[in-house]
Amino acid sequence: MKFGIVSFPGSNGDFDAYQSVAETLGEEAVYLWHKDHDLQGCDVIILPGGFSYGDYLRAGAIARFSPVMQDVVSFAKSGGPVLAICNGFQIACEAGLLPGALLRNESLKFVGELVRVRVETTDTMFSNRYEAGAELRLPIAHGDGRYTADSETVDRLEGDGRVVFRYIGGPADADEWWSPNGSTRAIAGIVNEAGNVLGMMPHPERAVDPLLGSADGLAVLESLLARVAV
Amino acid sequence: MSHYRVAVHITPRRGILDPQGKTVADALHTLGFSAVQDVHVGRYIIVELDAANSNAVEQSTREMCERLLANPVTEDFAIASVEPI
Repeated sequence: MKFGIVSFPGSNGDFDAYQSVAETLGEEAVYLWHKDHDLQGCDVIILPGGFSYGDYLRAGAIARFSPVMQDVVSFAKSGGPVLAICNGFQIACEAGLLPGALLRNESLKFVGELVRVRVETTDTMFSNRYEAGAELRLPIAHGDGRYTADSETVDRLEGDGRVVFRYIGGPADADEWWSPNGSTRAIAGIVNEAGNVLGMMPHPERAVDPLLGSADGLAVLESLLARVAV
Repeated sequence: MSHYRVAVHITPRRGILDPQGKTVADALHTLGFSAVQDVHVGRYIIVELDAANSNAVEQSTREMCERLLANPVTEDFAIASVEPI
């Protein structure tokens, strides 16, 4: 399976994504340049984390108009799998691939730590290799991760089983709904209506080996491998 | 064609949590401005462009806001001024 990882100016998760696919998963990975109109026949596109275009205006607002994004949007609209991580999630929302928006963390602080995340559904091409309800430890690193959408949209996401990951736990004395960024209903990751675009703020590609502190993210890539026909 | 300068306000939509505005309001309270009820922090964008007339400027600016300058999910925009320069 061939994974294409888009490099925008300011991306910093592209190398991690590349490593996780090429080294850990053992599949083919290529970088896709933001100025090209060429997805190089990739089976899966990863929009990586980082600070594309310096987060100018709004996180993801400029990147969505990159030449390559026109091709990524067509790819996604025709059912191609897109894994949008962190800044990639912000870009996917700005591009209209996912509903809602990611706003400044409620604390106004950048949060970089290992957090607990629960798998809310295994019925997606991104999460079928997890156990239902599994609790994962995944790193987050963002200043704008507060998922926001109108309550009608959020109700629909919940009702359709499109909330894939949710923050849980946190400080020992916090309640079930603690979230590191103030996300609506502690949402950490969602899929689009067709189920082929996943946006998530935590970094599965940075949690693929116990040496990194957690290997809980690897199953996102393994799920794609299991489900996507090449 | 004339040269215009247009100013746009972008503000967080009412009802959406605005932690930045709340923090500024808290700071103003600390400074003794106890009458302050609410604060919202947004952006002020100045665009210079060529257009046939001020109507065309407004139309074009509106489109810029809808497509890029503001996020329709979370922000409102208002054209603050249009002036020939």
